[in-house]
Amino acid sequence: MSKYTEDDLREELKTKEYEYGFYTDIESETFPNGLNEDIVRAISKKKEEPEWMTEWRLEAFRVWESMTEPEWANVNYEKPDFQAISYYSAPNSKPKYDSLDEVDPELLATFDKLGISLDEQKKLAGVAMDVVVDSVSVATTFKETLAEQGIIFMSISEAIKKHPDLVKKYIGTVVPQKDNFYAALNSAVFSDGSFCYIPKGVRCPMELSTYFRINQAGTGQFERTLVIADQGSYVSYLEGCTAPSRDENQLHAAVVELIALDDAEIKYSTVQNWFPGNAEGKGGVYNFVTKRGLCETNAKISWTQVETGSAVTWKYPSCVLKGDNSVGEFYSIAVTNNYQQADTGTKMIHLGKNTKSTIISKGISAGKSQNSYRGLVQIHSRAENARNFSQCDSLLMGNECGAHTFPYIEAKNKTAQIEHEATTSKIGEDQIFYCNQRGIDTEKAIALIVNGFSKEVLNKLPMEFAVEAQKLLEISLEGSVG
Amino acid sequence: MLKIENLHASVEDKSILKGINLEVKPGEVHAIMGPNGSGKSTLSSVIAGKEEYEVSEGSIIFDGEDIEELAAEERAHKGIFLSFQYPVEIPGVSVTNFIKTAINETRKAKGLEDMPAKDMLKLIREKSDLLEIDRKFLSRSLNEGFSGGEKKRNEIFQMAMLEPKLAILDETDSGLDIDALRIVANGVNKLKSKDNAVIVITHYQRLLDYIVPDFVHVLHNGKIVKSGTKELAHELEEKGYDWIKQEMA
Repeated sequence: MSKYTEDDLREELKTKEYEYGFYTDIESETFPNGLNEDIVRAISKKKEEPEWMTEWRLEAFRVWESMTEPEWANVNYEKPDFQAISYYSAPNSKPKYDSLDEVDPELLATFDKLGISLDEQKKLAGVAMDVVVDSVSVATTFKETLAEQGIIFMSISEAIKKHPDLVKKYIGTVVPQKDNFYAALNSAVFSDGSFCYIPKGVRCPMELSTYFRINQAGTGQFERTLVIADQGSYVSYLEGCTAPSRDENQLHAAVVELIALDDAEIKYSTVQNWFPGNAEGKGGVYNFVTKRGLCETNAKISWTQVETGSAVTWKYPSCVLKGDNSVGEFYSIAVTNNYQQADTGTKMIHLGKNTKSTIISKGISAGKSQNSYRGLVQIHSRAENARNFSQCDSLLMGNECGAHTFPYIEAKNKTAQIEHEATTSKIGEDQIFYCNQRGIDTEKAIALIVNGFSKEVLNKLPMEFAVEAQKLLEISLEGSVG
Repeated sequence: MLKIENLHASVEDKSILKGINLEVKPGEVHAIMGPNGSGKSTLSSVIAGKEEYEVSEGSIIFDGEDIEELAAEERAHKGIFLSFQYPVEIPGVSVTNFIKTAINETRKAKGLEDMPAKDMLKLIREKSDLLEIDRKFLSRSLNEGFSGGEKKRNEIFQMAMLEPKLAILDETDSGLDIDALRIVANGVNKLKSKDNAVIVITHYQRLLDYIVPDFVHVLHNGKIVKSGTKELAHELEEKGYDWIKQEMA
């Protein structure tokens, strides 16, 4: 029978290019490779930062120097040579842009290719966007509209200058400089990122969005995001990422800190599609990210992530449930294909009374990839009546991939209620044949099965993102039938 | 409509079908009976185009076209439907979403636009009423946690939605209590017309009281060893399959 075989599918996958893998030739200023105190100072100077910020960076750098890269994750990769990376690359020699008209037309063309025309974004109600290319924030839309309600949404560099009190008060309070190796590195060299402050009682009227792209070769991207939701406020924040296809690995080590003060709510959604490397496992982004949120009394933080890219992912968006009655949520879909490796999950730290957390993790592995869930649920002694529900489901495609679950539970209070459920399933030939028999071809059948498997998490994404995420899932898994 | 000639098929080098001849014309109902392991389910899988089965000899002609080279979904697009003996679960995919996808993929293959949502809903309402299906059932995940009866009724519901030319019912009666059997059989009877055909694969005569066949074939050791009218089914019920086996020996 001339059937569309697994081999055909594999062939198609190999030739299928990473859709966002183009490089844009933009005039850029890149620092020499290597890292030392002078480089840290130079970054700070380049960004015209105040003295305290420079000192804060140097403190982080000194801690970082004494640290070693963590090795406990279930991933294998050649460690980056941190002296062979350039720690600053800006897409133009112009320090900043006052309006879109000043932006390099090449850069605007890049955004068009990515489907995020800023002009259109300006017109589209509903999403305000900050765009970070390589290391620098190049455009923030809707700033004025937001300012009317007292909402501050700008690049973190700008915030350091314009709102130093806020930045100084909160930066490093959730993810301290010395938190871990990559966080320390980020604290020393972060070049930009987004800053957002929602005043008391304000419900942010639109989705705030940051779009990250690595463009230059041999540069690391270290962005820093700080979101502060003041008492009783609400914000929904979206984050998207892409990078060009390159043979060498690129390093991405970001830090995201969320602060939800009393009665505030932050919803943080990520669609991560960094270049995953080619079919042979060459190239791709190393994604070593520290994301953490702090909940004060009655506050709620909800992390939703769809992770389809990166060669290696090391990422655990977490919630510190400090205030009584605070709520933490983590909804995740992690897809790995070919030689991708992901070690991702969450930490729910219950400190306050009646704190609640929910973890829904969906791991999908195909090709020769390895996909691990690693999660910690920690109930402290004074956290009366804390509750957690965790569900970790793994879906396997083919016989050469792996799915792993590492749940850690530490309960120091007897009133804690902790539930953990885990399942592992495989897309079976029987499921595929059943769909085929109903007229649904194999590619579509896989998309259907995967979407069904991921539904609980996809439903948590804002509408604008859900469709994109669904498409990404399909693209990432094309040709991976087993 | 369907013409099978000297069909030989094997799975993992094990020869299962050893020269099947069968002709089904529009408007006819054929029953294929036989003991366990005689090749009944293999025959249905081979007609539907399941990959693991290797056809080594013979041909399957459907509507005048040799379908040997066609993938399972292409055969489905041409109007071949298989009601599975063991329908699989697809968690998170609702019955409605699944059938909507199936219909639109079939339409796409024929160069048609997606069915408008309004028409789709109307069709779903019509067919679920026909099969006495509670509409709440349609938003459940496909076959997940379904009882045996619900699974089979769902198969017939899909058949009703897709309106195939040839429907193969593989052991549709297994796992059904008498009420479910009656509903399923009534559904099939209501869908029957002079333009379509049904092949009923069953171990027992029971289902044939409800879906009355024009022809009954007995499959034994990969071959059709006896063909007759519905009386043959009664005879088998009375005497069991040993009688055939002895006659063959």
